[in-house]
Amino acid sequence: MIDISHLAKKFAVESPKKLSEQEKKDPRLQGRFFHSVKNVSFQCEKGQVVGLLGPNGAGKTTTLRILSTALKPDEGTVSINGVDILKDPLVARQKIGFLSSSTGLYGRLSGRENIAYFGQLHGMSKAAIADKIEQMADLLEMHSFLDRRAENFSSGMKQKISIARAVVHNPELVILDEPTTGLDIMATATVIAFIERLKAEGVPVIFSTHHLDEVQALCDRVVVINQGQTVFNDSLAVFSDLSGGHMHQSFLSTLQAPAGETV
Amino acid sequence: MWLIFKKELRELLRDRKTLIFMIALPLLVFPLLAGVGIFFGSNAVEKAQNEVLRFAITGNTELTQIDEKMLAEPDKFERIELSPEADYTAMIRSEQLDFVLEIPDTYHPDILSAGQHTLNLYYNDAELNLVYQRVAAIVDPISEAFQIQAFNTLQLNDKQQAALITPLVIERKNVADDREVWGERLGAILPYFLFILCLQGAMAPAADMGAGEKERGTLETLLITPMPRHKLVLGKFLAVCLSGIITALLTVSSMAIWSFVLAQGMAIKFVTDLVSSVGVTDFMLMFMMLIPVVAIFSSLLLSLSIYARSFKESQSYMGGLIMIAIFPIVLSMIPGTKLEGVWVWVPLTNVSLAMKELMKGTMDYFALLGIFGSTVIIAGILLAFSVYWFNREKVLFR
Repeated sequence: MIDISHLAKKFAVESPKKLSEQEKKDPRLQGRFFHSVKNVSFQCEKGQVVGLLGPNGAGKTTTLRILSTALKPDEGTVSINGVDILKDPLVARQKIGFLSSSTGLYGRLSGRENIAYFGQLHGMSKAAIADKIEQMADLLEMHSFLDRRAENFSSGMKQKISIARAVVHNPELVILDEPTTGLDIMATATVIAFIERLKAEGVPVIFSTHHLDEVQALCDRVVVINQGQTVFNDSLAVFSDLSGGHMHQSFLSTLQAPAGETV
Repeated sequence: MWLIFKKELRELLRDRKTLIFMIALPLLVFPLLAGVGIFFGSNAVEKAQNEVLRFAITGNTELTQIDEKMLAEPDKFERIELSPEADYTAMIRSEQLDFVLEIPDTYHPDILSAGQHTLNLYYNDAELNLVYQRVAAIVDPISEAFQIQAFNTLQLNDKQQAALITPLVIERKNVADDREVWGERLGAILPYFLFILCLQGAMAPAADMGAGEKERGTLETLLITPMPRHKLVLGKFLAVCLSGIITALLTVSSMAIWSFVLAQGMAIKFVTDLVSSVGVTDFMLMFMMLIPVVAIFSSLLLSLSIYARSFKESQSYMGGLIMIAIFPIVLSMIPGTKLEGVWVWVPLTNVSLAMKELMKGTMDYFALLGIFGSTVIIAGILLAFSVYWFNREKVLFR
């Protein structure tokens, strides 16, 4: 189980004078610090897909970066199947797979080399990497471009290689930060199918998105973050029922919750 | 760490830009540019030596043999007659004439009675034309003949003639051998070239490995792998170092080889003599001293690169680093700066001074302790700073 409890993270503002009027009015701006995440808590069980929703700047990416160990929280704890990511970040990283629409590939390496490099970074043997690559190539239909340099790949090809790279080490948790943003229909379909497969295999997935149709199709649980705080944390059914099945209305209603309270 | 190093090296070797900067430029393009420069330069000199110069002589021309001697070489000189009111300065400027030689009215071959004569040569010295040299080649023998004629009239022997021409002669007795002389000159320039080349060779890879990772969106995925951060930095650092050293080595080797090939004349002897007098140990020491220098540059470059938001931003930061590389060399060029006392412990400046001493063959090998000690310590501190910098969220996620 993945347990996220009372996460908080603030950043020093480099040039407070350069902030726009709207940014200056943000209640999360306190002195020289911007409290990007103030109080985020939720859980993700084995085989669950948790959708992380929230308006732009709500703190979704910061939360996911903390979960992926790229950022250290100022407060709060995260444990992945009993491993505290703050105490044992290197062990926790073995258990995490991460993907976003903005993550890139090494263009001068082939698709296979890109995947293999990350397998090696996770301490896998060459034989295990080769097996996993073949398996992923069959699954994602990557054989035709696997040995070509990544610099000329289409967005769909890139996303397939990125998916394979994210799960080459058989992670116990997959974190996806807006994985379909900017992708075409085919590439989006590949990502959706990938999440469905993870779910079927019992791998927990936490992903942020702005696409409510994806949430409806994939998620077991919905977490809404607004102004750095969890304002909704329940099942998809409860979320949907907030507005009689209208996902969009449900989402908007969660944003009306007073600061510090969950719907 | 080696995994990171090997991957970075593989990427570097597949990057055309890096290959051009690291291998093609030093091996082919620099010598080619030098060759083209030499070719055009020598062509221009040859043309200036052989072109027909249009000239005029004014004043007392009756007793001079100058115009006769010039006219005896029609493939080199062509006389133009001038009207008395001609503005020959304007004519030279407008290239109707190449020069005008003004002979004084008092001109007479008997210099004992007539005295010294001043011939005014009007020409355009802003261009490469060798006018002065070519006129002097005609006038000087006549001047010498006048001198001999005067000495003969005065019935002076050779000893007296020599004493009259140059009463006091300073003859230089240089106790320094050729190696010391050339070592002092070349040794001052060598560190400048080597430092800049090491820096230049390391710049593009460093920019790619820090800011490039950010720009491509690969940094975040790399940071969340179980590879400890210091190993990530060390792997990248070694790849950057290697690029710097390879670029410097290739450039210096290429310059040496091509200068042997191109020189083929007087220069080759002193180059051969100098190179043969500098021992293998000295060359090895120079190379060894470059390693901590490259390490210093690589650490700084990596730190700047990871701080930058983009490849372009990193390159603008790195441009300023060239001044930091040049300053210690400038210090070593200040008269009186020697590899002794405090200077032994001043990083980079001490390497620059030591290279000069090695070239001259006057190295105090005991100073190596201070040189390696100080540069390795600084390189270590900067590398530790790079690791610290790679751990800063503010730097990584600016």
